[in-house]
Amino acid sequence: MSEITESRRGEVALRGLSKSFALNGQRLNVLRDINLDVAGGEALAIVGPSGCGKTTLLRILAGLEVPESGEVRIDGAPTSGVGRERAIIFQEPRLLPWLTVLQNVAFGQSVRGASQEKSEARARHYIELVGLSGFINAFPRQLSGGMAQRVGIARALTVQPEILLLDEPFGALDAMTKLTMQEELARIWAEEKVTMLLVTHDLEEAAFLADRVLVLPLEKGAQPRVINIDLPRPRARSSAKFVALRSRLMAEFGLH
Amino acid sequence: MSIQSLDLPQARALNLPRAYPALRSIASRYGLLAGFLALWQVAATTGLVNPTVFPPLDTIASALIEALAKGRLWGDIAISLQRSGIAFAAAVSLGVPLGLLMGQIRPIERALDPILQFFRQTSALALYPVFILLLGLGETSKVFVIFWATLFPILLATIGGVKEVDRKLIEMAHAFGAARIVIFTRVVLPAAVPAIFVGLRLSATTALLLLIAAEMIGANSGLGFQVMNAQYNFEIPLMFAAIFLLAFLGLAANALLIAAQRRLCRWSDINA
Ligand SMILES: Nc1ncnc2c1ncn2[C@@H]1O[C@H](COP(=O)(O)OP(=O)(O)OP(=O)(O)O)[C@@H](O)[C@H]1O
Ligand SMILES: [Mg+2]
Repeated sequence: MSEITESRRGEVALRGLSKSFALNGQRLNVLRDINLDVAGGEALAIVGPSGCGKTTLLRILAGLEVPESGEVRIDGAPTSGVGRERAIIFQEPRLLPWLTVLQNVAFGQSVRGASQEKSEARARHYIELVGLSGFINAFPRQLSGGMAQRVGIARALTVQPEILLLDEPFGALDAMTKLTMQEELARIWAEEKVTMLLVTHDLEEAAFLADRVLVLPLEKGAQPRVINIDLPRPRARSSAKFVALRSRLMAEFGLH
Repeated sequence: MSIQSLDLPQARALNLPRAYPALRSIASRYGLLAGFLALWQVAATTGLVNPTVFPPLDTIASALIEALAKGRLWGDIAISLQRSGIAFAAAVSLGVPLGLLMGQIRPIERALDPILQFFRQTSALALYPVFILLLGLGETSKVFVIFWATLFPILLATIGGVKEVDRKLIEMAHAFGAARIVIFTRVVLPAAVPAIFVGLRLSATTALLLLIAAEMIGANSGLGFQVMNAQYNFEIPLMFAAIFLLAFLGLAANALLIAAQRRLCRWSDINA
């Protein structure tokens, strides 16, 4: 699969992106004039206080929300609506309860018109990648929260996107499962060489997974900031450099 | 309304020996019913209740067997099944597609909802005389009044089922690039199946209720007619025999639908 991914780019450019909502007759500016370039294969974490517009930004990137002004360019071309080069992993797994794990993972492929054989073959590969081979015929109600979320991840990977969008994918998981899943995501990202845009409220998760961190301000006057995470991979959470960087990120939020 | 709540075993509290789980589950499920029937039998034979009004169960059973052996009730069973069956099938074949359409396409629902509510609030039995005037006293008006009452439960359940499909699942399918028709067939329809089955079961019950009412008002055949007729001729055991047959029809229809639902909705674990 590496030949295919090599030729892909998955470059994302945000140009003057703004979005506001009408809330009780008032205009609520959520995003104001966001400009950002993300290189193909880069991992970008998006952090910021609750309500600052992280989910809104990711939904615009996914094509589920329309920006008020500005545009999203993918590999140089402006986009509108959802697109095959992107796949999203939601905060909740959003599995179809009447489909087995295999059918759920194949779902993205099969609604795009792939044959059952082809989509299931590919689904099996990614189910193995997320470590759920033993549960291929299980129904979602038979899975734990972490397992269900891994099914959601496999489903997104199965469509082999250039760009993977994740909205607090591990937010609902317990601390132990979360650590394991972060390790797995880091491995998958390295293997698949996709561009990864990850919304999180967990600064350690951002430091562990991302090449750069976009910090969105709650004050719409303030500018978003970008912090580089210059750490070698694979990353060790206990290394002095990691701890130092995590402290810097926390200082960004006024935490110590 | 959840499906489970319709089928919950009534007698969990009975404290039975733990050794025979299967026996215990049967006992806890049917124990009260058996108790009720036993009480009936004892009360009727000991004269605790008037046996001419409440004959003992064995008298009813032998009246039933005798009538069936003489070929008396078969025609009534057949005509009752035919009336309710045709009406039920017609209601389902109109109600399910119309409900899917109304649940899915907003303008259609907005246009049809007021008239639907108006009709629904008008009792089918109140309209029966109108149907008789329009369609005559024959089979057509009977089937039509049953159809009329049977249509609403399945229609409303289907609309509700479609509208209550989790928006997040629809959005997920959309995000993966599914076209609208694909979202409908692969997400909306399967998600609505449990609600549609609730509607089917309500409709089946309604069909049998209206069947009896229609057969009591203007019929000379059918199980509903036999109940009235037997009462009129003071053949009380036969009257109860017809009532038990009707109850059995209702139970059988329900059991059939539950079996079908179990097959179709293995994922939702309705017997859990
Ligand atoms: N559909 C909507 N209609 C009106 N307001 C909305 C809508 N979606 C989001 N908002 C508002 O936009 C703001 C940003 O919401 P968003 O969900 O993007 O925040 P977030 O950064 O993801 O927060 P959290 O960390 O709590 O998930 C919030 O104030 C919210 O009330
Ligand atoms: Mg959010």
